[in-house]
Amino acid sequence: MDTPVDYQRIVYPYRRSPDQDAHAHGKARHPVVVVGAGPVGLAAAIDLALQGVPVVLLNNDGRLSVGSRALCFAKRTLEILDRLGCGQRLVDKGVSWNVGRVFFRDEQVYQFDLLAESGHQRPAFVNLQQYYVEGFLVERAQSLPLIDLRWHHGVTGLTQHGDHVALEIETPEGPYTLLADHVVACDGSRSTMRRLVGQESHGRTFKDRFLIADVRMDAPFPAERWFWFDPPFHPGQSVLLHRQPDGVWRIDFQLGWDADPELEKRPDRILPRVRTLMREASIAAGGDGAVPEVELVWASVYTFACMRMDSFRHGRILFAGDAAHGVSPFGARGANSGIQDADNLAWKLAAVIQGRAPDALLDTYAREREIAADENILNSTRSTDFITPKSEVSRLFRDATLTLAKEFDFARRLVNSGRLSVPTQQYGKPAADAPIRIDGRDDWLLRQMQPGRFTLMVFDDETVITSDEELLVLRIDDRADAQGLVRQRYDARPGTAVLLRPDQHVCARWRDVPSAAAISAATRRAMALEESAECL
Amino acid sequence: MPLITTPNLDAGDDFYEALLSAHHGLDIDASHAFNARLILLLANHIGRQDVLLEALAAAARANPVSTDAPTPGVASPRGQA
Repeated sequence: MDTPVDYQRIVYPYRRSPDQDAHAHGKARHPVVVVGAGPVGLAAAIDLALQGVPVVLLNNDGRLSVGSRALCFAKRTLEILDRLGCGQRLVDKGVSWNVGRVFFRDEQVYQFDLLAESGHQRPAFVNLQQYYVEGFLVERAQSLPLIDLRWHHGVTGLTQHGDHVALEIETPEGPYTLLADHVVACDGSRSTMRRLVGQESHGRTFKDRFLIADVRMDAPFPAERWFWFDPPFHPGQSVLLHRQPDGVWRIDFQLGWDADPELEKRPDRILPRVRTLMREASIAAGGDGAVPEVELVWASVYTFACMRMDSFRHGRILFAGDAAHGVSPFGARGANSGIQDADNLAWKLAAVIQGRAPDALLDTYAREREIAADENILNSTRSTDFITPKSEVSRLFRDATLTLAKEFDFARRLVNSGRLSVPTQQYGKPAADAPIRIDGRDDWLLRQMQPGRFTLMVFDDETVITSDEELLVLRIDDRADAQGLVRQRYDARPGTAVLLRPDQHVCARWRDVPSAAAISAATRRAMALEESAECL
Repeated sequence: MPLITTPNLDAGDDFYEALLSAHHGLDIDASHAFNARLILLLANHIGRQDVLLEALAAAARANPVSTDAPTPGVASPRGQA
């Protein structure tokens, strides 16, 4: 059932924390403080709490995201949020889509299906305004007693010590000091935490401006991603259309570098653009060109940069999400990669805090997610270069590719309107989902895995697994895998075993039943308890 | 298989004539666009990245001035030029 909460207007109240009165008997100290209650900070806090770690989560104001912002949540993100207990709410409220169409000038050149096979619980993408995602995550966080969520508590200073970090916190009732064994910095692209450790992100800023307009209208289009290169209604530029819940549509207009951001944000500039688009798009979709009533909900003119911090770890401070890295919006790799950061970090931080793994495990967070950020930046930079050619010859090849794409499949593979977010596979593939039967009912493979636990999948009835590790053993036999899709997706034969980390990444696989010692060695390697033989 | 730079065309003179004929009557912008489409079609036919990079490098050697342009195909992982 839909909740009556208006996430766009809600202001969460300030509350005084007992920590603010703790000065008399020493400063308050916590195992983890997460800075920033956006999608990334909330995901990290929930994940830690589910693994038994108490978390203080700070946010400098009491508002959720203003405007739809992130909007496109990818399959892998939904699977992570399933693990956190929020995925279904996103899917129920959001607009699921798999199909994209690409237009060049006045014609469709091709369409694609991002999820062309069946047997997956989640669609390729769900479109949902960021404030809903944050609101649902906030409510999940509030249901977990281990999370102490403090609105209107903003960080203004920090000092790193050998065994803790001291944070200076500003509140409406004045400042206080908070000590943390570890800090997770998820405070966004203009991160205060990043500035306080004296770091900047490095990379490439693009000289182009884009207008994002959320409009409410009764439009007859399907739930698909439509991308126009050089359309007649916006010559020389690109336009992107996405459907959102609540009868709202996201339209993204490339404006060029010389556009005046203040002027372009005015409704009397935006609405004529939208009406022209709607007329043309209606005709392109076989309609009569009728333009519906259009109401402007939110607009923003933005520029962007592809950049990252040199290191995501600074002592006891771990950076995640936009605070650590930035991408262009093409490909939906911002919030999605940030939530994947949280997914990678939470189980490692929990293991270190609970004394199950050494500090070196946190270095693997930084290394793995820096690699992921580089991949996202590379993809998003290439998309941007295709979408907004920076030279005549770049435009020449772009247009040649689009022209050929109408006829030839090879050219469609070169068309780059955004390489849509998929998780990196450079440090082990994330587990593929598949339908299974458990206890006589239909379920999904990924739903069987548990917070903070390694999972060992074995593929027959007889295999006897002996292990000292606290493993969840999933037996995938004919009964569980009636459709055979698990075995197909994991290339499994009798005797095959696959070991998954708590973040559902494959960290070892065997063709023949592994010994207890082999399982232990693989688990210990993934926990940084043993030197890895191969370096990343 | 490296880039073939020894004579390899079935009918060199015929190809050359066909290439010029294909451009006949095109203005310079249309000729450029034609060439771009042709390059993409041929590149897909070749397919192999190592051969294509060799071809890019061989063609670049004839550039009029030596520039400090980046080596073809060597993309910085951070996307910086």
